[in-house]
Amino acid sequence: MTKVQVAASINGEAVEFLCEPQETLLDVLRGTLGKTGTKEGCGTGDCGACSVLIDGRLVCSCLMLAAEAQDVEVTTIEGIATDDGLHPIQQKFLEHAALQCGICTPGFIVATKALLDKNPNPDEETIRYWLAGNLCRCTGYDKIIRAVQDAASELAYEA
Amino acid sequence: MAEAVDYKVIGSRPIRPDGVDKVTGRAQFGADHNLPNMIYGRVLRSPHAHARIKSVDVSKALAMKGVLSAICGADFPGAQHGEVGGEGGGDVADVAKNVMARDKVLYHGHPVAAVAASSVQIAEAALEAIEVEYEVLAPVLDLDLAMAPDAPLLDEKCFTKNLPEPPDKPSNIAAVMNLKRGNVEEGFEQADVIVEGEYRIPMAHQGYIEPHACIATTNEAGQATVWCCTQGHFEFRAMTSKILDMNIADLKFVASEIGGGFGGKTVVYLEPVAVLLSQRSRRPVKMVMSREEVFRATGPAAGTHCKIKVGAKKDGTITAATAWLAYEAGAFAGAPMGPGAMSVFAPYDLENFDVQAFDVLVNKPKVAAYRAPGAPQSMHAMESTLDELARELNMDPIDLRLKNAADEGTQAPYGPKFPVIGLRACLEAAKQHPNYTSPVPEGAGRGVAVGFWFNVGMQSSAEVHLNENGTVTIIEGNPDIGGSRASMALMAAETLGVEYNDVRVLVGDTESTGFSNVTGGSRTTFATGMAVIQACEDIITQCKARAAATWGVDEDQVEWLDGQAVPAPGVNAELKPLSLADIAGNAARTGGPLLGRASLNAQGAGAGFSVNLADAAVDSETGKVDVLSFTAIQDAGKAIHPAYVEGQLQGGAAQGIGWALNEEYIFNADGVMENAGFLDYRIPVASDLPMIDTVIIEVPNPSHPYGVRGVGETPIVAPLATMANAIRSATGVRISDLPLSPPRILDALERA
Repeated sequence: MTKVQVAASINGEAVEFLCEPQETLLDVLRGTLGKTGTKEGCGTGDCGACSVLIDGRLVCSCLMLAAEAQDVEVTTIEGIATDDGLHPIQQKFLEHAALQCGICTPGFIVATKALLDKNPNPDEETIRYWLAGNLCRCTGYDKIIRAVQDAASELAYEA
Repeated sequence: MAEAVDYKVIGSRPIRPDGVDKVTGRAQFGADHNLPNMIYGRVLRSPHAHARIKSVDVSKALAMKGVLSAICGADFPGAQHGEVGGEGGGDVADVAKNVMARDKVLYHGHPVAAVAASSVQIAEAALEAIEVEYEVLAPVLDLDLAMAPDAPLLDEKCFTKNLPEPPDKPSNIAAVMNLKRGNVEEGFEQADVIVEGEYRIPMAHQGYIEPHACIATTNEAGQATVWCCTQGHFEFRAMTSKILDMNIADLKFVASEIGGGFGGKTVVYLEPVAVLLSQRSRRPVKMVMSREEVFRATGPAAGTHCKIKVGAKKDGTITAATAWLAYEAGAFAGAPMGPGAMSVFAPYDLENFDVQAFDVLVNKPKVAAYRAPGAPQSMHAMESTLDELARELNMDPIDLRLKNAADEGTQAPYGPKFPVIGLRACLEAAKQHPNYTSPVPEGAGRGVAVGFWFNVGMQSSAEVHLNENGTVTIIEGNPDIGGSRASMALMAAETLGVEYNDVRVLVGDTESTGFSNVTGGSRTTFATGMAVIQACEDIITQCKARAAATWGVDEDQVEWLDGQAVPAPGVNAELKPLSLADIAGNAARTGGPLLGRASLNAQGAGAGFSVNLADAAVDSETGKVDVLSFTAIQDAGKAIHPAYVEGQLQGGAAQGIGWALNEEYIFNADGVMENAGFLDYRIPVASDLPMIDTVIIEVPNPSHPYGVRGVGETPIVAPLATMANAIRSATGVRISDLPLSPPRILDALERA
């Protein structure tokens, strides 16, 4: 099978890779590119563990072909922290104990980033519906919602 | 209640030691590990729920370009019978047959062969080239029909265990259990009211978000190393050694970070297959399950059929109770009927009871432990029946439970007398909670139920290394599934008198630390925590000896205070205290590095009790249930890190609510699961739930230095009946079977 050549930007860094036509963006991120922070929980777009941002839009990377990544900006969990340290969302997840096993955490943090970029002051219901595509089996969501609320306040204060 | 103790760091809420790596994507979970030169393993699974394997031919697959090895049941040595595993591991001979079928396939998805190839695509193509001839048999899918004397048999050699008389013919009932006390006939005669109920719950999955994954490599000397996500790498090593007839010394298991388990990662599925494939191909072999494979061929929790009968006086005193509890084991014996039977009446002080339980083979996946295995199902039946009894008696449901509650000194139905327990404290807290004293919201219903779990101790090891600057590294052997590194660090910091941030916790592999049983049974903070505390005390003893030598005094003239060796009262008060850093920095001159260690088989895991409250509204047009509030009250003994204790209560509540409202294995007539994905097997999402209120009760466990009771499993027990009772209140109809999904509720409302 002929491989497809793709040029994309991942977390601000120019990246070129070859992929099989049927490979998903998730396969390439985790395999070819070694960015294993993005997780696979289902492969069918139901769990959100593979959440990434494509040009700022929240996407399940298991549902996107790697070949479709030509010329797009991909943000993964590895690109959320900055030179100054953890992103406030990451910091609040830690402070609120919003993770137990941690497998869903990268997806939740990326999804939360997408929400707060778009809506800096979401109410609880908005947060719950926005994150309804991300499954967590450990926490019962309570501490995740509180971490997101607190991160929103923190970001509003910083802004 | 014992007086509250002032702790320096225990009870605080610091950031977990492994936290930063888990919010940045650095932490390595099961599928995140790769090795140079690795290839990919895939499993061929049975398309039938019940069939005899006439032949398996992997030769065409093996001949394909890119395929390096192909194996089937005949390539495995076949394990001897024997128990392995701390929590529902079962007979390892059965685990071996579950890992790879030999003469029969017993459920849809049962492995029959496996290949390793240079890519996943080639491996999957190779599976299609494997030829398997089956003689298809009638599947046994219904629990009641499986128990019938004329049912088709899964195992012709299965004779029911524990019957008074040895049976003369085989049966799908692998074992029975009977627990009784007093005289139930007389007890029921004394009753003013008798209430009976019959309840069915289908199989449900643990639903961890991380699918099973491993990578195995074998060298030319036959030594294998396996990286995998597991709740217990030592037990995975033991099972793999038995299944492959390998020396334990030739197997090293490294536990990755684990993306949830809830009991479902206490037994091997992929690991022996990956090791055998790596032996045959002489390459590292990586295997990762798809979500569909996880549903079809791992876990789940047992489906059940339970009958309860309770008799009581007008004042609520229970005079007799009986339970008939049938558990689906799936393909092999080993349903959690024992803990189900022992827990069903555990919260109550009963003079007369009789419990019969059954471990029943059906052509479904072999069940695995799921958080308090067996108890959610049997206690859903009991707590629903008690709810009806309270209505019958026109009595507050909490008062009914207080009237009969077990307490210190009560003889538990499973034998021992309870030491101090927190059930009454939980019930009192529930009764006073604003979510109970407030009026029920218009159109909603309120439910209450009690939960219980034994908690276990078992074996743990820990080492404490004193670094040269006085900081501390702990090595223990329990995969951190929900913040246990934080609780270990807190207990170590408290014991040694050092800062929390000066303690690092490493989960060692099977060659770098001593044996520990699984992270399961709610044992880690209790038992492994106790090993960590004892290892720290060992360090303190050694530090006092070093200080005594430095000062030229006797060891008994040195005391340990706030992380320092100090002269005992009356000893030369001019001696300057020696901190851990002082002692560590001087270690080379006083005898070398300091290493503390402890290993134990922990006894006295304190029983955990809980009370849950829920308000629920039911949409009479759609049958949808809205959970308006949920309150989880539980005795933790002592909450070492309260945020992670609350997290256990909230997470268990969410799983229990999902089990109560939506989750179920749906099989077609051929025994094929029809909802093997997260879209159709619907676990709760954020928009399904409210905030989950928690109340941590602390009735210290006298068997633990800091009073710890396990907290991980009890939280899933009460939500099933709590939700069922809330829906009963909201609708006026008792719907006995779970899940209380919209179609079932609509159906019940239409019949009512």
